[in-house]
Amino acid sequence: MVLAAANLDRPDTMKSDQSALEVRGLTKRYDRLAVDALDLTVRTGEFYALLGPNGAGKTTTLRMVAGLLRPDAGSVSVLGIDALNDPVAAKQITAWVSDEPMIYDKLTPLEYLEFVAGLWGIAASIAEPSARDLLASLGLEPNLHERCEGFSKGMRQKVALAGALVHNPRLIILDEPLTGLDAVSARHVKGLLGERVRAGCTVIMTTHILEVAERMADRIGVIAAGRLVAEGTLAELRQQNGKNDTSLEDMFIALVDTEAAAA
Amino acid sequence: MSSTALTWFARHEIRLAWREWLAMMTAGRRRRKRVAIIGLLVFAALMHLPAYAVIGRYADLQAPLDKSALIVITATIFLAWALMLSQAIESVTRVFYARADLDLIMSSPVRLAEVFSIRLAAIALAVTAMALLFSTPFIDVLVIGGGVRWLAAYGVVAAIGVSAAAVAIAVTIMLFRTIGPSRTRLVAQILAAIIGAGFVIALQVAAILSYGTLSRFAILTSDTAAAFAPDKDSIVWWPARAVLGDGEALLLLLAFGLVLLGAVMATFSARFAETAARVSANTAPAHHRSRARAFRSGSRQQALRWKEFTLLRRDPWLVSQSLMQLLYLVPPALMLWRSFSDSSVAIVLITPIVVMAAGQLAGGLAWLTISGEDAPDLVATAPLPSSRVIRAKIEVVLIAIGALFAPLVAALLFATPLQAAVTAVGVTIAAASATAIQLWFRVQARRSQFRRRQTSSRLATFAEAFSSIGWAATAALTLAIPAAALVSGLLTAAILATTWKISPRRG
Repeated sequence: MVLAAANLDRPDTMKSDQSALEVRGLTKRYDRLAVDALDLTVRTGEFYALLGPNGAGKTTTLRMVAGLLRPDAGSVSVLGIDALNDPVAAKQITAWVSDEPMIYDKLTPLEYLEFVAGLWGIAASIAEPSARDLLASLGLEPNLHERCEGFSKGMRQKVALAGALVHNPRLIILDEPLTGLDAVSARHVKGLLGERVRAGCTVIMTTHILEVAERMADRIGVIAAGRLVAEGTLAELRQQNGKNDTSLEDMFIALVDTEAAAA
Repeated sequence: MSSTALTWFARHEIRLAWREWLAMMTAGRRRRKRVAIIGLLVFAALMHLPAYAVIGRYADLQAPLDKSALIVITATIFLAWALMLSQAIESVTRVFYARADLDLIMSSPVRLAEVFSIRLAAIALAVTAMALLFSTPFIDVLVIGGGVRWLAAYGVVAAIGVSAAAVAIAVTIMLFRTIGPSRTRLVAQILAAIIGAGFVIALQVAAILSYGTLSRFAILTSDTAAAFAPDKDSIVWWPARAVLGDGEALLLLLAFGLVLLGAVMATFSARFAETAARVSANTAPAHHRSRARAFRSGSRQQALRWKEFTLLRRDPWLVSQSLMQLLYLVPPALMLWRSFSDSSVAIVLITPIVVMAAGQLAGGLAWLTISGEDAPDLVATAPLPSSRVIRAKIEVVLIAIGALFAPLVAALLFATPLQAAVTAVGVTIAAASATAIQLWFRVQARRSQFRRRQTSSRLATFAEAFSSIGWAATAALTLAIPAAALVSGLLTAAILATTWKISPRRG
């Protein structure tokens, strides 16, 4: 499989000691406080899973990082780029996939990826083979020239994910990307993300499937009421929790219950 | 199914119809319910003024009438019937495609023919109620000016409403059976628009070809029409006689409408269930394949423009919704064609019609490209400033308008160069104004919500309409009374400035 390294005119931000994402004092208020002065650091080349109950502020946090929402306060740095002051440079190296796949019904998967590559300024000669490989690796080869309007939610999610990867981003932000995928498709997606991480890419993902976080994430962050309440590797979390043989699910429920009781 | 259960289902249907209508009026915001109702009442009250201007002078009409008067009244009733039929076809199609309860109803332990009979009756009721609502100001004016005998007009409206609903149900179900569920939506949409506008346009075309005028009354009041019309005792004049207060004609008309609806319900209620089953089995659209071709290289704006043009080209339903406004350009285009052999002064009328159509069409296209973005997150996370995204989308609107209207302006250039220049400037300004209004009032929506775009901002809808009318008037006055054009232009610019001032995107 070719995961083409796009020949982009990008700032040289790939440094091993550099954080892929640094969030400081990030705050967002709607009717209530959704994200409360959140600090978060994700290292370059790391697979980071962000967990939390419904309404904890995970999606709001990630939407602010992706440049979809303006924070009320705080700073966001993507591979050394101030994402709030220079959003275009930050977006050039970032990809965003939401839980609700937003694609164009009247385009085929290849046309969708061509459009995404065009938006990111990727040369056609690089984008086309990369697009074909990505779609094939996600099992969409038979549907390359079919319009997306007849696709199932899982197929649409795979097209959206391929679109996010076609411009070879350094930071991939995924909000519940496995929602609606069958077991085979979920395995394809996990395999693809794993490959990207091994190639030096950074992945931040929210998920309610704790088994995915347990198996794939280098580090896990637990967010509740807009604040990061626990963070670390699985072993570190177990240590913090004082139970070495407990599952992530048990730890997660215990953490969330403690926060709910404190609130 | 017991009569209690049937009554309960009828109430359920009426409640759904009421809520769908209310959602359309309030853009789905329940807090606006009271405002919508008050607005509707105010609108209905205000409508009495134009109704008086249009119909007030006919309040004293008394039977017996001459043939010309009978033709005009019958043609007006037929026009109303065509408009109701158009509305009814859309309502029936919506019931098939938009209601999410077909699976629930069809899996419930009830006789489907009975349930769908009620659904058909509810459609007929909704169409008739809407027709009564819109005709009330006109009938009120006649009753106030000419006496209570005009109350019979309400009965005529009810009768033609019921018959229009019956025909619409029959036509839509036949379409489902002949061309299948996936094509029916588009065809029904086009059919509805053609039926709605077709009668007026046909009269105008006939008037242009016969008398060189855009007035549809020229044909209706002509000696030729009177010569070809049936005798005064003919059944054709029943609706006209019923409107004038002939009780016998009214009762026969009402009976005919109800019998027609009953026959349609008896014939089609069982097939309605069958058709509904076919629609719910075909919710996924047909798999369209596109030609394989190599990726194109180009700028980011080119990618955006290509995407917009491709989406417009591939959605015939949306394109038909927009292009229906161009139907109204057929008569002026025909007039232009005639003017090459005849130096009629009526050719001046082409300019305001073209300018107005350009403004309206640009408004629709601008909504589709600017607000109707199906992947807003993708575009928002792309590495280019939002101003460049917007610029590319505006370019798409202006290119489309240019491509559509350039041939007409070019044809005009051969007839009268000055008028062609004025029309070109008018089209540009009207299209730019409508696009600007859509930009100031942009919302995040899906393209499939296009039909309800007017409900998201009433202000934008009115501003767009006034702007198009204003620039159309200014263009016409530039050719006829240049000094007045200055006043009209300034007024339209003031409307735009006020719209910008109160728009949510100002600054």
